[in-house]
Amino acid sequence: MPENWTIERVREALASKKISARELAADYYERIEARNPDLNAYLTLSQERAFAQADRVDALVAAGKPLPPLAGVPLAVKDVISTRGVRTTCGSKILENYIPPYDATAVQRLEAAGAVILGKTNCDEFAMGSSNENSAYGPVRNPEAPDRVPGGSSGGSAAAVAAGLAVVSLGTDTGGSIRQPGALCGIPAMMPSYGRVSRYGLIAFASSLDRIGPFATNVRDVAAVLQIIAGRDANDSTSTTAPVPDYQTETEKPVKGLRIGIPKEYFGAGMDPEVRKKVEAGIEVLRKLGCEIREIRMPHTDYAIAVYYIIATAEASSNLARYDGVRYGLRVDGDSLLSMYRKTRGAGFGAEVKRRIVLGTYVLSAGYYDAYYLKGQKVRALIARDFRDAFTQVDAIVTPTSPVPAFKLGERTNDPLEMYLADIYTVTGSLAGVPGISVPCGKVGGKLPVGLQIFGPPFGEGRVLQLAQAFENAGGARL
Amino acid sequence: MKITREDVIRVADLAYLELSEPELETYRKQIDEILEYIGKLNELDTANVEPMAQVLTDDQTADATLREDVVVPCKVAPEILQQAPDPEPPYFRVPKVIER
Repeated sequence: MPENWTIERVREALASKKISARELAADYYERIEARNPDLNAYLTLSQERAFAQADRVDALVAAGKPLPPLAGVPLAVKDVISTRGVRTTCGSKILENYIPPYDATAVQRLEAAGAVILGKTNCDEFAMGSSNENSAYGPVRNPEAPDRVPGGSSGGSAAAVAAGLAVVSLGTDTGGSIRQPGALCGIPAMMPSYGRVSRYGLIAFASSLDRIGPFATNVRDVAAVLQIIAGRDANDSTSTTAPVPDYQTETEKPVKGLRIGIPKEYFGAGMDPEVRKKVEAGIEVLRKLGCEIREIRMPHTDYAIAVYYIIATAEASSNLARYDGVRYGLRVDGDSLLSMYRKTRGAGFGAEVKRRIVLGTYVLSAGYYDAYYLKGQKVRALIARDFRDAFTQVDAIVTPTSPVPAFKLGERTNDPLEMYLADIYTVTGSLAGVPGISVPCGKVGGKLPVGLQIFGPPFGEGRVLQLAQAFENAGGARL
Repeated sequence: MKITREDVIRVADLAYLELSEPELETYRKQIDEILEYIGKLNELDTANVEPMAQVLTDDQTADATLREDVVVPCKVAPEILQQAPDPEPPYFRVPKVIER
């Protein structure tokens, strides 16, 4: 059994010279070589870049210089996040050979903090999906149950960390794409507030929703990665100047007396009874920690999926217009410019992406804009108001992350709407812009992980991490 | 039926997206179901609700969107052109758009 590294253990081992950063990276590449053919979590490995970085860290150790916060920590990066010189496909054939000329800010900051980028992880094409089955490079398997999906769209990033093929990873979340795979793979996974983490270099899906966030094996490491990537970036006009607190300090604060809202609407029909039992047991853990549990109402919850699939597809249809065969990616020749566009896009995009482009273009088109897009934006305002109202009464909101545990590969691929409903508990927070984390909350049948979701108010990452840490310390994962 | 075959053809044309015959019919049917589901939004009276385009408040975006207008050299043009399917430095080449 390979050692279970955490950021702290890596740091101690490097400082005491028990292992070098190069040896650690090599160990992780051996693990990847052994398990990735089955899991398909990584699409591209970046050994050259990883070993060069590891050598820089080892030089610091040798010189007795202070180590940066993530020195030598093996990191995996979702393949929708740009990495200079390292192929970035977005899980799509249209970017099969695309090599970004620059790093995303999150990547640049993590590397500056000492992290070692092992490679790029598989995901649903352009982050559109809830099972990772929409990747042009094949599905990822759930490390806990190989006949099942890891969740999506950040399935590779979740599976890599859960299987011990990276210590931490970056994913992206537009409607649940960090939290849901975190839940299904049994690891903590966080979506920060909209505006908290720079998205410069994140290849856009839906710009009013997309966020970058971390996966790790424990809440402390989630907080440590967030610490590095949070904060204003001049290259992303939606990243805010809101001060970044010390998240480690936040996680150590006592949770006694915090008011936790349990919205009735998140416990309705469609929820697996075994998931319900685990989440209810999780709520009891918080009660025993001294939190005050209050039932609250969030009356527009049931409309969130409908709103999401208007807004996300509308924004996607606009963002994905850039794949036209001119500047990068695939080109399929045609007898005119327009024919070249049509053929390139028809050949380069997979089924889910095409479906969403058609739907998104439709809801924005003349005659339908008011009925769909404008209506969606109005109901989005109502969903955001539900959250604002709730946070006048409670300090945090606790719900299940996913209505079901990991489902079998192929089980839901024929019905897009059924697949969309996998995100029923996560899209609300996406639309409202609030931060949310999924933390492990036991396993159904001792096998399939369940996630407990904690929402905080905008820029309340500290509060969310504080509760997640207390829940983890109290043994929430072993319920 | 919420969306017709002609609608899908029109929209795919707007999006410069070539669809095969089987794709046209599959997507029409699936999108029809999705639009049917989306129809539940009409249960809500939103006459007096302001549409929400994004989540940040004005005070969060004010200083975030404005910066000094200074020139910053960006020297990645050769690397960018390397990614192009048909580069003709310093240009991207495309099929002819003007007939003689």
